[in-house]
Amino acid sequence: MPAQRWRNLLVQALIAAGLLALLWWLLDATAANMRERGIRSGFDFLLEPAGFGIGESLLPFDSGDSALWALAAGLANTLRVALPAILISTLLGTLVGLGRLSPNLLLRKLCAAYVEALRNVPLLLQLLAWYFIVTDLLPAASKALQLAPHVFLSKSGLSVPWLGGDGGLIDLPQRGAMNISGGAAMTPEYLALLLGLSLYTAAFVAETVRAGIAAVPRGQSEAALALGLTRLQNFRLVLLPQALRGIIPPLTNQHLSLTKNASLAVAIGYPELVSVANTTLNQTGRAAECITLIMAVYLILSLLTAWLSAWLERRNGRWADHS
Amino acid sequence: MRLPIITLTLLLLAHAPAHAGKTLDQVRQRAQLTCGVSTGVIGFSAADSQGHWNGMDVDICRAIAAAVLNDAAKVKYVPLNAQQRFTALQSGEIDLLSRNTTWTLTRDASLGLHFTAVTYYDGQGFLVQKKLKISSAKQLKNAEICVQSGTTTEKNLGDWFKAQGIKVKPVVFEKFEASIKAFFSGRCQAYTTDASALAFIRSKEAPNPDDYVVLPELISKEPLGPVVRRGDDEWFAIVKWVIFALIEAEEYGITQANLERMKASPDPAIQRLLGGAEDSGKLLGLERDWAARAVKAVGNYGEIFQRNVGSASPLKLPRGANALWNKGGLLYAPPVR
Repeated sequence: MPAQRWRNLLVQALIAAGLLALLWWLLDATAANMRERGIRSGFDFLLEPAGFGIGESLLPFDSGDSALWALAAGLANTLRVALPAILISTLLGTLVGLGRLSPNLLLRKLCAAYVEALRNVPLLLQLLAWYFIVTDLLPAASKALQLAPHVFLSKSGLSVPWLGGDGGLIDLPQRGAMNISGGAAMTPEYLALLLGLSLYTAAFVAETVRAGIAAVPRGQSEAALALGLTRLQNFRLVLLPQALRGIIPPLTNQHLSLTKNASLAVAIGYPELVSVANTTLNQTGRAAECITLIMAVYLILSLLTAWLSAWLERRNGRWADHS
Repeated sequence: MRLPIITLTLLLLAHAPAHAGKTLDQVRQRAQLTCGVSTGVIGFSAADSQGHWNGMDVDICRAIAAAVLNDAAKVKYVPLNAQQRFTALQSGEIDLLSRNTTWTLTRDASLGLHFTAVTYYDGQGFLVQKKLKISSAKQLKNAEICVQSGTTTEKNLGDWFKAQGIKVKPVVFEKFEASIKAFFSGRCQAYTTDASALAFIRSKEAPNPDDYVVLPELISKEPLGPVVRRGDDEWFAIVKWVIFALIEAEEYGITQANLERMKASPDPAIQRLLGGAEDSGKLLGLERDWAARAVKAVGNYGEIFQRNVGSASPLKLPRGANALWNKGGLLYAPPVR
């Protein structure tokens, strides 16, 4: 058998070498063609001043900061919307998924209607709809609704007191001549994106959860109930641990899609990674570099999520085996 | 976003050599000029309900097709968004980019392109809600400003307000329609883009134009003009000189209507331009009457302006900086001789 093994290894090595050669050829051909056409290339532009402003940013950003910092601010904005949206969509999706298995007819039908309505309309349209609903309904910034002391809601968004500011520990939103300034603002773009992404992904999460639970053999529940476990105990101790095995891998896919779908924000003016990279691309003309950067960042985000999910799965696997 | 990725990968990876010095031959061979235009900017390049393209940028394409192919209709228009435009030109998908594109150093020096000539001197301005009672852009402190991405606009905004020491919040949209909708629904206190577009936006897109005013300041210089690929000097010269010929035609009073009569003019300059006395076309690799064909197809520069953006158009823009040099404007074409 050793001859066979060596042959297998050799074949695999050849395939790997072939792939590497192809990759090298692609990169080399791109660089050569760009040189030939007099197109400047390289990543030096990242350290030059960005020159454009970012409307809302978690990281402090000024137009004089570097393009790299602008992209970092864009990434921070992506995460600022993706992480809460993952949390909300998972919770809401789980509830809706359970609702679809409920013995209550009305609840079951309502949850089914929710899933069908949201997952069958393209996300981009939903985002635009939410955005225009939010901006049309809210009052103008000059007539902002005051929900509580120093909490304002208007077309400029939801402004709340936040840490920091010019001369104190807490930065309070104030009515300005033009709009609300100070504090932390959740803009209509952010709110619409958060809402749109969460509700849309929740529909898919609901189906994942329903499928995961339905995949646990009926006998398991029947046995648990026969042993005198309450419905809640049955769910927590018998159904859920077994269902999670089937739920976590597709759930990770949903979380990955959600993060990538956040890039649709360019349509409604939320400055996330793709939006900032688009602007950078236009100011510098470095199309190949900017697109490579975006792809690399999403790849890293996806790999991280997948790795986290694999870890969860292993952990759950152990737990399920011991219970 | 997707199209640039595909064009980039397919065309840059194809390892095909750039066609240096071949654009004229290619255009003649396929008997068609491929012209990159906008996806719809009224007055510059926009398709009407029958699918016919109109506008100043479109007329430049038509003039060049007339000069080169003797038929202004032999143009294929490729609508491009702001992100796609340079890639489309670099990759050879289009022969000419005539799409309200601002001439800047970065674009001219690092993208493998040449700006040919300025066909419109524009500047960036602001449209604001009248009820804010603002009379200067310097009063826009803390304002939210709606803007479309993919243009020089965002950077001008950053530069100008930084120089003024004022903080503003840009709200950046990918699509023109979304940015306009957001502004008129009251999301932003101001909207910014080139002044030529602001007048149109106020009169055509506003629910009530009287509720909005255009501020007097122009915060940038936006010289717009057609762009060609580097490495084809012959084609570069053709595009440049067709534009100069249109400007010269206005200077000498040659119009679409009086062209035939002007051909008999005793003025040597007019004779040279229209191919009566000397064959200026030979030097460009074109026929003798190249300039006359261009004027016959679209009229002189002044006629192009009036028809598309001036008094004979819905935009009613004043000539302003786009008047001839001897009428107080900036248009000055090197002599055709």
